[in-house]
Amino acid sequence: MDGHDHVFDDRTPGVEEHEPTASILSYTAGLGLAILATIGSFVVSQTNLLWPPGIPVGLVVLAFAQIGVHLVFFLHLGSGPDNTNNILALAFGVLIVFLVITGSVWIIANLNANMMPM
Amino acid sequence: MLGRLSWAAIPLDQPLPLYAMGVVVLGILAVLALVTVKGWWPYLWREWITSVDHKRIGVMYVILGLVMLLRGYSDAIMMRTQQAIAVGNAQGYLPPDHYDQIFSAHGSIMIFFVAMPLVIGLMNFAVPLQLGVRDVAFPTLNSVSFWLTATGALLINVSLVIGSFARTGWMGYPPLSELAFSPDEGVDYYLWSLQISGIGTLLTGVNFVTTILKLRAPGMTYMRMPVFCWTALASNLLIVAAFPILTATFVMLLLDRYLGFHFFTNDAGGNQMMYVNLFWAWGHPEVYILILPAFGVFSEVAATFSGKGLFSYRSMVLATLGICILSFMVWLHHFFTMGAGADVNAFFGIMSAIIAVPTGAKVFNWLFTLYRGRIVFKTPVLFLVGFMVTFVIGGLTGVLLAVPPVDFVLHNSAFLVAHFHNVIIGGVVYGALAGYNYWFPKAFGFTLDEWWGKASFWCWLIGFYLAFTPLYVLGLMGMTRRLQHIPDPSWQPLLLVAEAGAIVIFCGILCQIAQLYVSIRTREQRLDLTGDPWNGRTLEWSTSSPPPAYNYAVLPRVETIDAFWHKKRTGRAPVEPAYENIEMPRNSPAGFITAFFAVVMGFALIWHIWWMAIVGLLAAAVTVLVAGWSDEREHEISATEIAQMERARLGA
Amino acid sequence: MTIATIDTLPTAVPAELARGRGGGGPAPKRTVVAYGFWIFILSDIVMFSGLFAAYAVLSGNTAGGPTGSELFNLRNVFIETMCLLFSSYTCGLGALSAERRQAGRFLIFAALTFVLGAAFLFIEASEFAGMVEKGAGPSRSGFLSGFFTLVGTHGVHVTSGLIWLIYLVAQVVAKGLRPAVLRRLLCWSLFWHALDIVWVGVFTLVYLMGDFR
Repeated sequence: MDGHDHVFDDRTPGVEEHEPTASILSYTAGLGLAILATIGSFVVSQTNLLWPPGIPVGLVVLAFAQIGVHLVFFLHLGSGPDNTNNILALAFGVLIVFLVITGSVWIIANLNANMMPM
Repeated sequence: MLGRLSWAAIPLDQPLPLYAMGVVVLGILAVLALVTVKGWWPYLWREWITSVDHKRIGVMYVILGLVMLLRGYSDAIMMRTQQAIAVGNAQGYLPPDHYDQIFSAHGSIMIFFVAMPLVIGLMNFAVPLQLGVRDVAFPTLNSVSFWLTATGALLINVSLVIGSFARTGWMGYPPLSELAFSPDEGVDYYLWSLQISGIGTLLTGVNFVTTILKLRAPGMTYMRMPVFCWTALASNLLIVAAFPILTATFVMLLLDRYLGFHFFTNDAGGNQMMYVNLFWAWGHPEVYILILPAFGVFSEVAATFSGKGLFSYRSMVLATLGICILSFMVWLHHFFTMGAGADVNAFFGIMSAIIAVPTGAKVFNWLFTLYRGRIVFKTPVLFLVGFMVTFVIGGLTGVLLAVPPVDFVLHNSAFLVAHFHNVIIGGVVYGALAGYNYWFPKAFGFTLDEWWGKASFWCWLIGFYLAFTPLYVLGLMGMTRRLQHIPDPSWQPLLLVAEAGAIVIFCGILCQIAQLYVSIRTREQRLDLTGDPWNGRTLEWSTSSPPPAYNYAVLPRVETIDAFWHKKRTGRAPVEPAYENIEMPRNSPAGFITAFFAVVMGFALIWHIWWMAIVGLLAAAVTVLVAGWSDEREHEISATEIAQMERARLGA
Repeated sequence: MTIATIDTLPTAVPAELARGRGGGGPAPKRTVVAYGFWIFILSDIVMFSGLFAAYAVLSGNTAGGPTGSELFNLRNVFIETMCLLFSSYTCGLGALSAERRQAGRFLIFAALTFVLGAAFLFIEASEFAGMVEKGAGPSRSGFLSGFFTLVGTHGVHVTSGLIWLIYLVAQVVAKGLRPAVLRRLLCWSLFWHALDIVWVGVFTLVYLMGDFR
């Protein structure tokens, strides 16, 4: 855009102010990619495309990919300096979600393993 | 028609709650009568109840916290007294059923309706002023938050009078809190009161994160914000991250109790340990939500009253953010004994030890701020010094407890009780009282009486050590928490010392009441005419005391940290700026009305009055929809009016 | 076709003067409102993570009752997923029309979004009713409590979103696409996209993980 000293006011998710003409393309591309990811997930889960122990990993990867598609194509999250606050907030949220889910699963699995036989 | 509510819910056969209820009801009626007779209702409605001004809301939060301190403290002294006398053959005066409700109510009230409102009230009052802006990001939402918190406080107090409270402790662990073992309304009071006020708190978190990140005066970059605003940011980020976990956990317990789900039941595949896990995933960040603003207050007090800038601003900011992130990685230390393996315990034990490091860095920064400063020993500074000694001791016992094998011996003992009161009283309460004394003149235009302030400090300090040092010793001697009857007579001397401490703290509270009374009576002698009674460093001291509704006629241009100090030092002659029209948000009854219907809904759900619950919920929803329809939320203050007000203030 | 936007395209300024990021003073209202709502959505996602964690922990606790593989109908889940995904698409196109002040088009896309969202809810409600009929209701086992609560909470959010959409459409009809209404529509579309993101998590972790060969 301008010299690297110049920045835009902060943007928020959902707002795509700089390229209005490209927006329909953005949504359509996002839809297409999301459909592919969804079909991919169902196929991975219901067929032998992946080695069975690898299926959960495949599903998680596809889910993250689809969430990424939503964030970039539907919510217009970007990497510029006017988006930093949004990305930081998202990163914080992701960290907390990760800690709560993996922490809980790890802790409870540990506790369950140490329970007396019922 | 009225669910399970009946006349039997009023404890006519139990003298103590009946007497307490009588006193409270009479007190409330007296206040209402006074207000009516004096014709204050229009003023109260217009200036306070429907106010969306952060300064007014902050004051109301602090009032709520201080009033609820009296209730929470009554519970405390009742417990201390029971433990001091119910030794050996003596049974004391509180049967176990009452005692259980009292310790549950004590914890719930002190955490949710004393500590949280005090801390949130101080943040409400000071943060927008310190940021150099006119209000928070969402003023009407701010009002909603306050009134929902008050709703929770009201419900928990109603439990004293109608029905009973939970007997599960303030944490509400299943299976005791499940229907099978707590079939009556007590746990429901606990759950709905906290769930409703929890929504208010979450909205506060959203409000303040947005305010601090998006609404600052021109030139106020992140590294020029006052440290109190950094700690407020960290605390509110934790609110946004942690309170939803509590919401989810309570939803699950409520579904178990109301609809027969099996999240935490003994049968059909419930897992009680999951409640404990999720509760503390909220609970640990909660204590950091409480302490971080207190740290911020102390940073402001240390710098202001030593006449120097805070030592190492950068490391303070880093330590604050470090504590914020780390606080989410330690929660298992609240249940080391629940049976996780060595690897899990070791991980969380090490993380709990690590989190002491940034706090230690802060303590050194405060020390170095005071060192070689020209210290003015006003009440806030006494609380600062008291805090530094007391909180460090509490922190050290915490690090001790963070070692899993030690915790196996001390978990749920009186040692633990002493530890957390040590950090909460030494940290949060002293911080809140310091902040109260520090910002009172800004809010009301006159300083508080110093003599009574210092008296209250000494009572709180001596009282704390008398009340809780014996508990450390008793914990090491084997006494567990929550004992209604003391089995070992050799513990009694220490318990009597603890009782004496509780009485001294009570004197501290009386001194605070006296301080307020005397200060108001003699306020003409201590008027704050300049707006800057402490020779302050941050922007709020550049406004009048109290500030006008719009805070700043023209938003200040900020060039350094401690912007006001810098302005005073560079001492340019004030030039009258070109005033412009200012748009301020209008008052709104939405918060009060939504909360009123929330009370109706909460009470109805507790007593299983389903039709009333639906009515309450729908009415609250309609209120939100009606309030959300209008676009005319603001009114304009003209430049001429502002010029008049500013000239009047500067001329004085 | 000329594209009219609410403001002129924003111009870049020196970093010290950027609003809402330090130098330039408070951010404009639209940014403040949308960012605040973004933070609220993140808090909602944390709440969902608590429910996800509970589901994960309880997913094996079937207490002798039916398991996921016995109950889930993946064909319906696929249709539901497509409905919600397409509703996100129509929501996005509606947002574009709103930004360009094309009220008529906006209302069409809003109606499509509503229909697709309602279809999602219809399928989900039928699924729940069917399970309850089979004796696999939420009070049967810990697993089913976790399932109904997680998926049901998402459904409650979708329902609230649809009610909110009707309310906002009423505002558009009554007041037109003025800035205050546009801000609320922006919040609504953030909410709707976030619900689709949560659903990606739900259909992956609950339905597909619970039922793979």
